[in-house]
Amino acid sequence: MNTPAPLLELKDISLSYLSRSGLHEAVSRVSFSIEPGERIGLVGETGCGKTTIALGILGYLGDNGYLTGGELRFKGQDMSALSPGELRQLRGNDIAMVYQDPTAVLNPSMRIWKQLAEVPMSHEGISLGEAKKRAKTILEEMHILDPERVMEAYPHQLSGGQCQRVVIAMALLGNPSLLILDEPTTALDSTTQANIIQLMTEIGLRYNTAMLFISHDLGMIANTCERLMVMYAGEVVEQGQVADVFANPRHPYTQGLLRCIPLPTADKDVRPVLPIPGRIPQPGEQIIGCQFGPRCFGSLEGTCDKPQLPLVIVDDVTSHGVRCVRWEDVLSISPEAPPEQPTLTAGEESFRVEGLQKYYPISDGSFGSFFKRSSQQYIRANESVSFSARRRETVAIVGESGCGKSTFAKVLAGLETATAGEVLISGVDVGRTPVEERTVEQIASVQIVFQNPDETLNPSLSIGRQIGRVLKKFGRETDTQRIRQRVAELMDSVKLSRDLIDEYPHRLSGGQKQRVAIARAFAGEPALVVADEPLSALDVSVQAAVGLMLMDIQRQHDTTLLLISHDLGQVRYLAERVVVMYLGQVMETGRTEDVFAPPYHPYTEALIAAVSVVHQGVSKRQIFLEGAQPDPSDPPLGCPFHSRCPRKIGEICETEAPPLRRAGDSHFISCHISVEELSKVEPVLHDIND
Amino acid sequence: MSGISPQILPRRSLLVRAFGLSVGLRHSPVAMVGASLVVFWVVVALLAPLIAPFDPNATHLPFAKPGSDFADGAVFWLGTDHLGRDILSRIIWGSRTVLFYAPLATFLAYIVGIMAGLVAGYKKRWWDEVLSRISDVVLSFPILVLYIIIIATIGASGVNIVIAIIFASAPGIMRIVRGLTLDLRNRDYVAAARTRGESSLYIMLVEILPNARGPLIVDACLRVGYVIITIGVLGFLGLGLPPPDPDWGGMINETRAMALVFPHMTIFPCIAISSLVLGFNLLADGLRELSMQR
Repeated sequence: MNTPAPLLELKDISLSYLSRSGLHEAVSRVSFSIEPGERIGLVGETGCGKTTIALGILGYLGDNGYLTGGELRFKGQDMSALSPGELRQLRGNDIAMVYQDPTAVLNPSMRIWKQLAEVPMSHEGISLGEAKKRAKTILEEMHILDPERVMEAYPHQLSGGQCQRVVIAMALLGNPSLLILDEPTTALDSTTQANIIQLMTEIGLRYNTAMLFISHDLGMIANTCERLMVMYAGEVVEQGQVADVFANPRHPYTQGLLRCIPLPTADKDVRPVLPIPGRIPQPGEQIIGCQFGPRCFGSLEGTCDKPQLPLVIVDDVTSHGVRCVRWEDVLSISPEAPPEQPTLTAGEESFRVEGLQKYYPISDGSFGSFFKRSSQQYIRANESVSFSARRRETVAIVGESGCGKSTFAKVLAGLETATAGEVLISGVDVGRTPVEERTVEQIASVQIVFQNPDETLNPSLSIGRQIGRVLKKFGRETDTQRIRQRVAELMDSVKLSRDLIDEYPHRLSGGQKQRVAIARAFAGEPALVVADEPLSALDVSVQAAVGLMLMDIQRQHDTTLLLISHDLGQVRYLAERVVVMYLGQVMETGRTEDVFAPPYHPYTEALIAAVSVVHQGVSKRQIFLEGAQPDPSDPPLGCPFHSRCPRKIGEICETEAPPLRRAGDSHFISCHISVEELSKVEPVLHDIND
Repeated sequence: MSGISPQILPRRSLLVRAFGLSVGLRHSPVAMVGASLVVFWVVVALLAPLIAPFDPNATHLPFAKPGSDFADGAVFWLGTDHLGRDILSRIIWGSRTVLFYAPLATFLAYIVGIMAGLVAGYKKRWWDEVLSRISDVVLSFPILVLYIIIIATIGASGVNIVIAIIFASAPGIMRIVRGLTLDLRNRDYVAAARTRGESSLYIMLVEILPNARGPLIVDACLRVGYVIITIGVLGFLGLGLPPPDPDWGGMINETRAMALVFPHMTIFPCIAISSLVLGFNLLADGLRELSMQR
C-alpha cells in the first residue's frame, strides 16, 4: 500500500434499531476516521447515539440493531464482509473496549491475575508463567502501587479506581491498535478521575494505541483528546481540534453546552449559567432539518428546517466542521440572559448540628459474633460533625463517596438516628428521634430530594397523587379541589406542564422526574430541604435548568437548602457556604468564595483541582492524590487525611488530631499547618480574564 | 389550559395497566394461545346450563362409546361412564367446580402470602425470623403428604380444600413477596414516604406492593395451574369434593379401573385438566415475556 489507510474509517454510517413501531435511526450519516495513535472524543448527552457508534464498530448491535447505510473499514478492510469468526478475532486482538462500570466488568469470583493472564494465553497461546509475568508488568505500568497484592486480590477487595486500572490493563494486554473507552471515568470519584485521565493520556503515547473516548463529560474529553466530535440526536453537529472547538464553538448546541457549565472561578452573579431550553428528541420523533432546531435560539424558518443539512467545513487547516447553516450568524446572536436575581439575606438559624456522631455496628451475622459483643466493630460514618444553617441559605456538603455525607442527610431526616451529638431543628433536638416518633411538624420541616431520578418516584402512582399526598399528609390542604389546585401551582413553580399531573413517572424524562421530586419536597413548606446529589444523574443541559429552578423555588419558600454534592463546579455556583467532609469529619467550613481561594485545606485543594475545566482562559494546577480513602471501620489516627495528604508535615499528622484553625470570618480549617502557611499556597484555578 | 381538569383518560383494564402496555397481549402469540384456552373454559363454565346436553348426574346408558346416539336425536359426544352419566355434560359442569375453587383458593393464599411477605420483608428483624421459620417448616413437608394430612384431619369438603391450599401455598408466595419487598424497600420513593411520616401499612400497600405486581401476576397464573392440578389430585385420591357432583379429578379416579377397556372415560377429563393448566402456564409465560420487554 502506498498511502497508509486510516486505522478506522466510518463513511456515512447509519445505524438503526428495529422496534415494534418500526425502524428507528439512532445514528445517521456519521463519518470520521482515526489514525494510529490518535485520541478522539465523542461527546454528547444521553440518547445522542454515541454508545451505538461504539457498539456498531464492534459489531455488537444486538438482535434488533442494523447497519442501514455507509461503510465501516478497519485497516482498509470492510467490516461488514467479515465472518462472525473473523469479527471475534478482530475484537479480541485489534479492538478492545473499556466499559463504564469497572466493578461490573471483572469476574467477582476470580483472582485478578487469572483474569489478566487469560487474555494473552487465549490470544497468543503463551504459557501460564509467561502470562503471569506479563500481567504483573502491565499492572506496574498502570501505576498500581502494590501489584503483588492486587494480583492475588478478588475484584471486591479493590477500590473503583484500582478496578478501572485493571480493566484498562486487561484491554491493553491484547495489544489492540484501537481502544474504545465508554465513559471510563463516570463511575469514579472526582479525585480518582483525574488520575485515570492522566494514566490514559500516558498509555496512549507509550503504546501508540488509538483511543476513542465516549463521554458526556466535556472536561474529560478536553483533557484527554486531540480531536472531538460533538453529537446531537444521532448526528455529528460539530467536529475539530479540541482546543479549536472549545475556543471557538460554532454550533449553537456546543455553545449552549458550554454555557450550561458553571465557571469554577466565578460565582453566579458574575457569570450566570444559561440552560438550553427543551429536551432531546424522543426516539422515533421525526425532526426535519436541524435536529437541534426546536431548542435553538437562532433557528430560522425556511433555512434551518431543510432536510439533510450538510456538515460545513469552517477551517480547512484544522478541518473544523459544523452542521449549522447559520454558523456565521449565530455567534453574534446570544440567547437572553436570565433576569437578575436579588441577593438574598440569610434569615434566622433553621438548624444546628453539634458534635454529631453516627456509627454503624458491623455484624458478620455469624453465630460466634453473638458472643463477641465486647470486640464490636463500627463503621464510623460521621465523627463529630458540627455546623449550622440559616433560612434562605444554601449550604453545600462536599466530599468523595463514602465520606459520610449521605449518612448525615439520613440522620437529619430521621431515617437513621445519631449515635451521639445533637441535631437541633427549630431548637428541638431530634438527633435520636427516628422519623416514626417525630411530630408531624418536625417531619414536615425536613424533606429530602434524592439522587436517582428513576427511583425517586413511585412508578405506580400518578404525579399529581404523589405531590398531593404530601399536602394532605402534612395537613397543608384537606379539600380535594384545593389540593389539585396547589399541585398545579407547584407544577408551575418547577416549570412542568400541568398536563403531566395525571401522567405516570415512566412517561417523564430524568430531568422532569427530578423536578417532580423537588416539587414534592417543597410541597409541605419545609424549613430545610436536603438535596442529595440532585443534579449528578442528569444531563449537562438539564443540570443547569434544574439547578436554577431549585434556587428559584428555594427563594419562593424561604427554605434552607442543604446541597450534598461531589461536583465543586455546581457547588461554587449554587451554594453560599461549603462544608468539606472527609471520612466522616469536617475538614473545612466557610463561605463559598473563602473555601475556593487560599488558604485551602490540602483536601479541599485536591477536590478543587479535580473540577473539570472546559472554559477558555481558565487554567488549573494539577494535584494527584495517591491511594484510596481509608476503611471507615478502621480510620487512621491523627488527621484522617494524612495517608493521602500531599502536604503532610510529619509525625504529628499521624498521631494528633488537627486543631480547628480560624482562617477568617466564619472560615475554619482543620489542619496542623498554620493558616499563614496555607495562605501562601498558589490558587488551584487561575482565570486569565480577571 | 384548564389545569384542574378531571381525569379524562379512560381507565385501562387492570391486567393491561399492570404491564404498562396498551397493546396488551396481542404481541405475544404464546400469551394469546394461553389466554384463549383460559377464556374458552371460563365461557364454558359460565354457559354450562345452556350448553350441557344432559343433567350431569342423571344416569342414562352405561358404557356408551363416544358419539353413541340416544333417544330424541341426542348424542353422547364423549360417551358415558360406568353409571351412564354423560361425560361431556360432566366435564362442562365440572369446569365450574375447578374454575370456582382454584382461583378462589389461589386468591386467598395470595392475601395471606402477600401480607406475611410484606411484613417479613419490610419489618425484617424478628418478624422476618418468625414468619420465615414457619414457612420453612411448612415447605419442608412433601406437598402431597401435607394435603393428605390436612384433609384427613379436617375432612373433605370444598371449604376444607381451599383451607388446605391456602396453608400449603401461602409460604411459597410469602417467599416471593418477601424477596421483592427486600429489594423495593431500599428504593428512594420508600425513603421519601418514610421522611413524610407514612405508616408502615401505607408504605407496604401503596409504595411497595403495586410495584411488585409484575412478577406476582406471572406467579399467580402459574399457581392457579398448580392448584387445578392439586384439586384434580385430591379428587383422584378421593379427598376431593364429595360425590356425586362432577369434579375432573374425581371422574378420572372413578373410571381409572376401566381405563384400558373404556379409555374415553378417563382420557377426556384428563384432556380438560391439561388444557386448562396449559392455558394458565402459557399465559404466565407470555406475561413474563411481555414484562421483560418493558
